[in-house]
Amino acid sequence: MKTTLKANAVWLGVMILGFVVIDAAEFAGLVNTFIENMLVTIGINVILATGLNLIIGFSGQFSLGHAGFMAIGAYATGIITQSIATPLGFYLSMIVGIFVAIIAALIVGIPTLRLRGDYLAIATMGAAEIIRILINNLKITNGAAGLFNIPALASWATVYTIMCVTTIVTVNFIHSRGGRAVMSVREDEIAAEAMGINTTRWKLAAFVFGAATAAIGGSLHAAYIQTIAPSDFNIMASIAILIIVVLGGVGSITGTFVAAIVLGALDTILQNFGTLRMIIYSLALILIMIFKPTGLLGNWELSFKRLNHHKEVSAHE
Amino acid sequence: MSNRLLDAQHLVKNFGGLTAVSDVSVHFDQNELVGLIGPNGAGKTTLFNLLTGVTPISSGAITLATDQGVQTLNGQRPAQIAQAGLSRTFQNIRLFKDLTVLDNVRIAMTNHYHETFFGSIFRTPAFYRTEAAMTTAAQNLLGIFDLTTVADQPAKNLPYGIQRRLEIVRALATKPKLLFLDEPAAGMNPEETADLTRLIRQIQHDFHITIVLIEHDMSLVMTVVERLYVLEHGALLAAGTPAEIQKNPAVIKAYLGDETTC
Repeated sequence: MKTTLKANAVWLGVMILGFVVIDAAEFAGLVNTFIENMLVTIGINVILATGLNLIIGFSGQFSLGHAGFMAIGAYATGIITQSIATPLGFYLSMIVGIFVAIIAALIVGIPTLRLRGDYLAIATMGAAEIIRILINNLKITNGAAGLFNIPALASWATVYTIMCVTTIVTVNFIHSRGGRAVMSVREDEIAAEAMGINTTRWKLAAFVFGAATAAIGGSLHAAYIQTIAPSDFNIMASIAILIIVVLGGVGSITGTFVAAIVLGALDTILQNFGTLRMIIYSLALILIMIFKPTGLLGNWELSFKRLNHHKEVSAHE
Repeated sequence: MSNRLLDAQHLVKNFGGLTAVSDVSVHFDQNELVGLIGPNGAGKTTLFNLLTGVTPISSGAITLATDQGVQTLNGQRPAQIAQAGLSRTFQNIRLFKDLTVLDNVRIAMTNHYHETFFGSIFRTPAFYRTEAAMTTAAQNLLGIFDLTTVADQPAKNLPYGIQRRLEIVRALATKPKLLFLDEPAAGMNPEETADLTRLIRQIQHDFHITIVLIEHDMSLVMTVVERLYVLEHGALLAAGTPAEIQKNPAVIKAYLGDETTC
């Protein structure tokens, strides 16, 4: 209990430090709009990839439909904040987005989570396409042109704070009875069932949880970028999030952070290289997949509790 | 009859044209140690899979005596059957390999402890209390079976014999009424088998549960079980005490072949 408290205090310190550093850099004029854009993109990508990692890395279900749930959150915010352009309206729209995404995830998940591997990937991809095409053809979403002039209700600080909150919530879920049940499904579905774990229920729980975080990411995307169109949420968007998860390490939230930051920075630095950028970017991916197929961090997690424990043990020796 | 725990009547399982189990009726009583033997391919593991719901039965009836009276297990999913009190180990070990020994046991306790979703994400005091209770219970169980020192190791790092033992401990963590052990001594040396024999007796004595085991190691089977079922070609060949089975001509024929043909 005491070590848990200590570790939590350290994590809180890290989060506050991160905020202060960015704030100081902003104040000192080191952060231009270009860099800020990069930081916010990283933050949103962390939120999206953490949710997807819960589905892929922890429950072991392969989903390719993450951008679909992101679109639901983005359009909820885009539509609602155009009539209620206040911070309250923004948070309300986020909650509506989460709610709709959960319902969509239940509708998609209940029939498709019986499928495995490739079939599930194709089914979720199809579901995301259905969402995108619906948005493309509805009047309220302004069709293929999308929504623009969405009120700027999310600053980098909003994104940072919500990123911290979703990460805490996700990690807390993983380290609980439910999280362990979800991981047992990934490890061995037959054994999990034999131990009394209702595998369908826990797979669905992870899928719905992931969809909800995708909606949060979408909401922030809409409120920060201020322009959204259906084509922003196509299959390539889902794959971009998948790359972060796979690169960082399937089953490692720390890895997701590292990959989101590395890819975000790489993307920004390589802007100067023009078309060469795509070659260098894909080369980096291929090299990592060859030399570290489990992703940068595998399923390793940074844990201050463990670090502290090691320190105490070595102090006693 | 009064202490009948699990009753399976006329079980049949067809895989396409192949009848893996044909018209098998078995029953297990409270706190009994029963063996299930038979040549390879006799349908022993298939029978376990039918009883624990891993494969659905083609026809027949399975009923379990519970506190609320006799309950049918037909058509229930494996998780429901496990929750009703039937637990098992697997012939080819199925541990949660990347998870720690402690987590393997805690996962099996999932249905005995309740944490709300909001409690776990916001870390309420109730959450910490449940987690602590769960961890203590798991550690106690690991302590009984000498696994405390490896509690923080990933299951895949354990030696083979210990993995088998952990699988039994994990099955016990579900608080079963009936425990199915599928070839627990497979791949063990005589010393490990002797340890296992002690372990099985200890479990039956300390936990007051019914144990059913599939085993090829006759020294183990004949010393621990009270009653035996013999399967051959998916059908029940004989049933009785170890002494009766050893003298049964049909069983001797199934294992050693017919005298006249050789």
